[in-house]
Amino acid sequence: MDWINSIIQGILVGGLYALFAAGLSLIFGVMRLVNIAHGDLIILSAFLGLTVSSSLNLHPFASLIVVLPIMGFFGYLLQRGILNKTLGNDILPPLLVTFGLSVIIQNGLMELYTADPQKMNAGNIEVASLSLPGGLNIGWFPLLMFIISIIIIGILQFIFYKTALGRAFRATSDDQEIAQLMGLNKNHIYGLAMAISMIVVAIAGIFLGIRTSFDPAAGPSRLIFGFEAVIIGGLGNLWGTLIGGIILGVSQNIGAKINPGWQLLAGHIAFLVVLAIRPKGLFHRVDG
Amino acid sequence: MHKKILETKNLNAFYGDFQALFEVSIDLFEGEIISIIGANGAGKSTFMKAVTGLLAKVENDINLKGRSIKNLRADEIARKGIAMVPEGRKLFPSLSVEENLLIGGQINRIGPWNLTSIYKLFPDLYEKKNMPSNLLSGGQQQMAAIGRALMSNPEIILFDEISLGLAPIIIKKIYQNLPDVIKDGMSAIVVEQDISKAIEISNRVYCLQEGKIALSGHSNKLTREEISKAYFGM
Ligand SMILES: Nc1ncnc2c1ncn2[C@@H]1O[C@H](COP(=O)(O)OP(=O)(O)OP(=O)(O)O)[C@@H](O)[C@H]1O
Ligand SMILES: [Mg+2]
Repeated sequence: MDWINSIIQGILVGGLYALFAAGLSLIFGVMRLVNIAHGDLIILSAFLGLTVSSSLNLHPFASLIVVLPIMGFFGYLLQRGILNKTLGNDILPPLLVTFGLSVIIQNGLMELYTADPQKMNAGNIEVASLSLPGGLNIGWFPLLMFIISIIIIGILQFIFYKTALGRAFRATSDDQEIAQLMGLNKNHIYGLAMAISMIVVAIAGIFLGIRTSFDPAAGPSRLIFGFEAVIIGGLGNLWGTLIGGIILGVSQNIGAKINPGWQLLAGHIAFLVVLAIRPKGLFHRVDG
Repeated sequence: MHKKILETKNLNAFYGDFQALFEVSIDLFEGEIISIIGANGAGKSTFMKAVTGLLAKVENDINLKGRSIKNLRADEIARKGIAMVPEGRKLFPSLSVEENLLIGGQINRIGPWNLTSIYKLFPDLYEKKNMPSNLLSGGQQQMAAIGRALMSNPEIILFDEISLGLAPIIIKKIYQNLPDVIKDGMSAIVVEQDISKAIEISNRVYCLQEGKIALSGHSNKLTREEISKAYFGM
């Protein structure tokens, strides 16, 4: 039963990893931008949530009302003000600039909040759990996190494939010159894609900050989880990304079960195994 | 033929340091069709790119209805009513046929063209509307590219090599449709490899040679000799 329990925990945390990954995957799909600062932006959102909820005395979930628009708006400005200028035929400038951003965010958070680990308190829901027959125990919070992750990925999928905005994303991704001939301003489109990515980041950051303690240096490992989930699932496939997150979460939990020190290692091994067997990920799709 | 709708004045165009157009002055009047002919590499596509705002570096002016559009971005020019059917069709492969049309239509200019009228003009497209656009035949792709450009209800439509790579029968069919396409006072610039076709469908012809205008005039007044001299530079 212990084993089944840890597999279930792994599946549930996989939803969070898929959220880390979804924003990353979206902007890579639309503008071939690899955002090295993605993990730090997740941590930034968690700190923002912490400050908002403690200063306004709000539940962490309610802090999203503030954090979500701030991050979305910040994403749009970041893209239009800086990142658009780095995009071109050379893939190096955006990597360097987002790496710089990552360093700035980490150091900025360190100055403001010190290196002490922080955590958000969501109250009862953190400990409440659902007892299933057979001694299974599912925490309400991980379950909620998982369900919301699925909903968000469903919404992203809907935006991408069923709306005019998603059409514009796909067209710009296919051929930005021709997309401009259709009256699409690619700088604006890219800004919107980054805004959506940062909204997902904000949600992921709040969940992360409730689930575990976090500190200013915690970003890069979230970036790695996100990357791994994207690659396992296959680039350009959001549901694949969810499966990727789940595989990562389950392997980590199985690893931890065998030996607590093996948690992260097991995740990386699962990633490498998938990469070795299917270099393009499990559900690679050319489009999107 | 009355008002001048588009004019370039001594247009120079560059790819980096390489100059591809030299002092190209071309006029287009309302309701007129002009054709641009010239050998491979003469600069025909470059001219189209300059007009639609896709070139980073152009010198001297491009005027649309008397207003300069030289410093506008490609998307702004498109909104002002210039649409292009690009060389090689360039449909969006990850969009379905209908989505390709819809993305042309999101400019939302007023006019006769919408999904219904496009499907009426090209019934083939209606049958394949949910197909990924890259699965269409060459001729159907060209129809979709034309439909996509029309969906913005442009005032000027540019065709870059519509017949390239298509079977003669398909070319014939597409040209038969052209009068229905260019109607309601729309103006057009057609780049065409087939010189006799170019002359047949246009009011006036410009011949480019190594980035310069070597000859221009009314289609029915130019002689074969004049044209081949300008075309091949002999
Ligand atoms: N992206 C580019 N970068 C650099 N030079 C270019 C580029 N595109 C075209 N050229 C050059 O500009 C000149 C004009 O090319 P352009 O494509 O306009 O010719 P064209 O008349 O359309 O020829 P074709 O009939 O083959 O389509 C050519 O010498 C070509 O090599
Ligand atoms: Mg050409």
